[in-house]
Amino acid sequence: MEDLLKLNIIELSKLFEKREITSMELTGFYLERIKRYDQEIQSYLKITEDKALDMAKKADKNIQNGEAGRLEGIPFGIKDILCTKDMETTCASKILKGFIAPYDATVIKKLNVDGYVHLGRLNMDEFAMGSSTENSAYQATKNPWSLDRIPGGSSGGSAAATVAGLCVASLGTDTGGSIRQPASLCGVVGMKPTYGRVSRYGLVAFASSLDQIGPITRNVTDCAVVMNVIAGYDHMDSTSIPHPVPDFTEMLGRDIKGMRIGIPKEYFIEGIEQDVNQSIKETLLLLEKNGASIVDISLPHTEYAVATYYIICTAEASSNLARYDGVKYGLRVQGKDIIEMYKKTRLAGFGKEVKRRIILGTYVLSSGYYDAYYRKASQVRTLIRRDFEEAFKKCHVIATPVSPTTAFKIGEKTDDPLQMYLSDIFTIPVNLAGLPAISVPCGFDTLGLPIGLQIIGQPLDEARILQVAYLVEQEKKLKKIPDRYA
Amino acid sequence: MKITSQTVEYVAHLARLELSREEIDQYTNQLNSILDYMDALNKLDTHGIETTSHAMPLRCVLRDDDVKDSFTVEESTKNAPEVIGSFFKVPPIIEVEE
Repeated sequence: MEDLLKLNIIELSKLFEKREITSMELTGFYLERIKRYDQEIQSYLKITEDKALDMAKKADKNIQNGEAGRLEGIPFGIKDILCTKDMETTCASKILKGFIAPYDATVIKKLNVDGYVHLGRLNMDEFAMGSSTENSAYQATKNPWSLDRIPGGSSGGSAAATVAGLCVASLGTDTGGSIRQPASLCGVVGMKPTYGRVSRYGLVAFASSLDQIGPITRNVTDCAVVMNVIAGYDHMDSTSIPHPVPDFTEMLGRDIKGMRIGIPKEYFIEGIEQDVNQSIKETLLLLEKNGASIVDISLPHTEYAVATYYIICTAEASSNLARYDGVKYGLRVQGKDIIEMYKKTRLAGFGKEVKRRIILGTYVLSSGYYDAYYRKASQVRTLIRRDFEEAFKKCHVIATPVSPTTAFKIGEKTDDPLQMYLSDIFTIPVNLAGLPAISVPCGFDTLGLPIGLQIIGQPLDEARILQVAYLVEQEKKLKKIPDRYA
Repeated sequence: MKITSQTVEYVAHLARLELSREEIDQYTNQLNSILDYMDALNKLDTHGIETTSHAMPLRCVLRDDDVKDSFTVEESTKNAPEVIGSFFKVPPIIEVEE
């Protein structure tokens, strides 16, 4: 049965079609694994067993009738930030405990149309604020490669469940690296699409001008298959891009001869772990051997990205999170008047990092500071975007590390928010520029912890970064699941 | 020091957050180091630079003004902590004199 973990979605669909296995069996297999292993990994906040079996049964009927969708019968884990009708959607926050979403996010609707199976809700940093999943109000998820380490964040539950084989694939969200960084630290594939490529409708907002939904999968093919389902224009999201969606699997396996890969000198700085540096350099040589040419580029405003990001994301968060007021949904703590009720509710409902960001965001937006911080940061954002535009005149894609380090120890950075923020230094500029990027496993450090390569593309050029990622995957043939769970 | 604990307290009030004394002190320290770090942006001349909020140049689109289905009152209020009929119930906002 464990061989099933090695198959991609296209291969699983063929087994369904040939009646070699049913979705009920596959779903049962994954539910069994969750029961066996998630006690120690803690990736799921909730397992929706009855729902999963219902959906699997329906999928088997569709397969029998020859009406299978592209994800028919495939078991998914869903980050607990995507509204799913009649299901509790908590954002790993106490303030949304018991909130039952009255509608489906657009991505969930699309997964539904194509027949997915919902295994459960995946853990995350509260409201997607964090880089280690330690900010969840409910539990800290462990890295399946080493249980005393963090899985990355904020989509740490999604990455951990995927690599441990507790779902076929999962959805995460990425505001400053929250798909790519945990994907890198857990050794799975994670894509942040172009801003506007995937509808944000029903994604509980953190920083609206940066948030994007994307897949986290064990292989590049699955990433492309899931992208085919979730991408596309949606009139429910005013930032959605009205642009046709290609078949993202089409470029997989094509050679990369003549492709120019840009290497930004600003990304190879002091502070990158030796093993990470070496693994990235080896992977670049591999790409060169396969016909790509490596081009030196410069992204001169890189050093300003983290500061820019934390002004913009906290400002937008302070505004977005004003809706949690104890009136319309979620937690309420009574007070003698409405102001006291607000304050007591938000005190009891929000965790430390969320409060820290709301205060910082409120400060940078407050009277007299708006121009100095938010407006300034939005202008620097333009400079960062222009850096990429200039660079893409010289190359087709850009390659960098995803994270300067491999997975760090649980508790190592919790007392120093600035150090935690700096762990996203290579992923943040991509969100500021709205570009697509993928994290693909490219090696292991001496401790056996995964290292990820980030490939950044031009707007809407997801197919090309998938093509490069696929080549890395096929050439490297790295171990995909930790021995303990294989 | 860019901000004092009084500023943190004031901003917390604006954001409708109640903080403990200990949290105020901790946040004041942490926010000062974060704001110091953010000062780096002042090295850049951004005079005349437009702002960015999207990767693509998008125009606002208008839709037809058609009536469509929306949530029922029950669906809209089912998650609320306190409801009276079709209304959300909240503590007093304006004091009523007897």
